[in-house]
Amino acid sequence: MTGRFPLAAMAIVIGASMGSLPAAAQDKPFALALSCAACHGTDGKSPGSIPTIGGRSAKEIKESLIAFKSGTRPSTVMKRLAEGYTDQDIDALAAYFSKRK
Amino acid sequence: MKTFSRRSFALMAGAAAGTALARPNLAFGASARVVVVGGGFGGATAARYLKRLDKQLNVTLIEANKQFVTCPFSNLVLGGLRTMDNITHGYDGLAKGGVRVIHATVQGIDPGARRLSLSTGNPVLYDKLVLSPGIDLNYGGLPGYSQAAAERLPHAWKAGPQTMLLKRQLEAMPDGGTFIMVCPDNPYRCPPGPYERASMIAHYFTTKKPKSKIMLLDAKESFSKQGLFQEGWQAVYGRMIEWLPGKAGGKVTEVDAKSMTVKTEFGDHKGAVINVIPPQTAGEVARAAGFATPAGWCAVDFTTFQSKVDPNVYIVGDAAIAGAMPKSGFSANSQAKVAALAIVAALNGGKSEAPAFANTCYSLIAPKYGISVANVYRVTDKGLVAAPGGGVSPSNAPAQVRSQEATYAEGWYESITHDMFG
Ligand SMILES: Cc1cc2nc3c(=O)[nH]c(=O)nc-3n(C[C@H](O)[C@H](O)[C@H](O)COP(=O)(O)OP(=O)(O)OC[C@H]3O[C@@H](n4cnc5c(N)ncnc54)[C@H](O)[C@@H]3O)c2cc1C
Ligand code: HEC
Repeated sequence: MTGRFPLAAMAIVIGASMGSLPAAAQDKPFALALSCAACHGTDGKSPGSIPTIGGRSAKEIKESLIAFKSGTRPSTVMKRLAEGYTDQDIDALAAYFSKRK
Repeated sequence: MKTFSRRSFALMAGAAAGTALARPNLAFGASARVVVVGGGFGGATAARYLKRLDKQLNVTLIEANKQFVTCPFSNLVLGGLRTMDNITHGYDGLAKGGVRVIHATVQGIDPGARRLSLSTGNPVLYDKLVLSPGIDLNYGGLPGYSQAAAERLPHAWKAGPQTMLLKRQLEAMPDGGTFIMVCPDNPYRCPPGPYERASMIAHYFTTKKPKSKIMLLDAKESFSKQGLFQEGWQAVYGRMIEWLPGKAGGKVTEVDAKSMTVKTEFGDHKGAVINVIPPQTAGEVARAAGFATPAGWCAVDFTTFQSKVDPNVYIVGDAAIAGAMPKSGFSANSQAKVAALAIVAALNGGKSEAPAFANTCYSLIAPKYGISVANVYRVTDKGLVAAPGGGVSPSNAPAQVRSQEATYAEGWYESITHDMFG
């Protein structure tokens, strides 16, 4: 395949197919979620001493992140990181990691 | 002609429907060739994630060496806590994940033809290029220092034979000797690295050569996690480590390998072992192609990490000028993912969302004494800046917290090396 391709056409087609697949779109990887892997492992599956978060329930992840951010749950590093996550981020992170199998 | 994937078939249908905006420089999404140069923290991550994000991409990684020795935890090798084996990684996992791995040195980039020339002969063509070549040591930036001098005065700022050389010198040093470290001005790879190294060498001395001394001659007036390092040094090593800031005689003007002497504005110091960490620049391959500023580092668009010089080229890791983000393996890993998302989006005719980045640098002061600095970063009208919150571990924390952070530092190493190499 060596064809060249008009980009606007791609955007339109992809946009349309995403509209019909809302679940897949919500599941999409995003930069903040991918940054967690450096500590929690790829897809949140940790090979070492940091807890696995992939596949845990969205409710549990969300509650943990809110508690880290406010300081009600003690942590070594998660408070300092979670202070930089918005409420919207926390919802998206909880949804994303709950879907990692 | 390759068979069409369902996606590319849908794209063809879209094209047939007649909306057209020509972008002649892009090959078709499904067969786009993305080439990554440098298989370290930025490059290995970029290659692995490009393939994970879009299985149909044709991803090639070009790395000079067959094995990668991480700078992270190389200070622990000096401290006797790890072996070189523990910090050496291969590329089989990436190859199994569908990345084509070529071991060769990239000798030149022709951005017009989108072609790389390789030490092995066959040129490689790309549609999108990711560069993560790391640093070059700017030997000329410190009078008396050179590649030859580094055989007596190791830098050990690229892990491998230089790490082993410094380790052997420390092992051969008599008890009661003085170890001198020459610390560079900003910017340089791994801001807390010299101070973690001093800590690990102090640990080694305490167990094997307790009468020895450590002298840090620093071009700077302050350093990363300074309060925490100094608190830890005093608590664990007493007065073994002396740090001299630039204005108090720390600024080194010349080194002499023959006489094992370091010269400063305030006088000369002789060391039994001398570790010289010289000034640095972006790796040569990026500079030679014209992607660097006169200062030697590469300016990028923070939302995608595309080069300001050539939008087909994405530059991540130490080589990039990344606003408030430090030059660390973690930063390189985070930036590589942002670049991978941006490339996949661009090849599919879309735009990636506003990115967020993270960094955490763990440092070990002693085997059970870990500290960290952690931040999320975002792009605002002020550039690439730290998000609210973040910062360093608390001072005067209980020993148990320091011990937990040391355990999590190990966990970080396990996770990030798996994340890079599969
Ligand atoms: C002592 C020390 C301790 C550190 N500790 C930490 C830590 O605890 N945590 C942390 O996050 N960071 C740490 N760092 C920093 C970290 O090592 C770097 O920031 C990181 O390696 C940068 O990644 P990179 O991809 O830019 O470069 P690198 O990881 O150096 O990768 C560059 C790769 O490109 C290859 N290459 C270069 N040019 C070419 C070419 N022309 N052709 C083919 N291949 C090429 C090289 O062989 C190399 O493998 C430490 C650094 C030091 C020195
Ligand atoms: C620097 C390493 C690091 C990074 C980066 C990091 N974490 Fe953590 N995380 C930890 C550690 C360590 C803990 C244990 C609590 C502590 O001491 O901070 C933890 C705990 C958690 C927990 C609770 C797990 C449990 O067992 O209850 C969740 C949820 C979590 N992190 C989510 C995230 C998400 C989501 C991200 C990315 C947006 C992230 N973390 C990024 C290190 C990290």
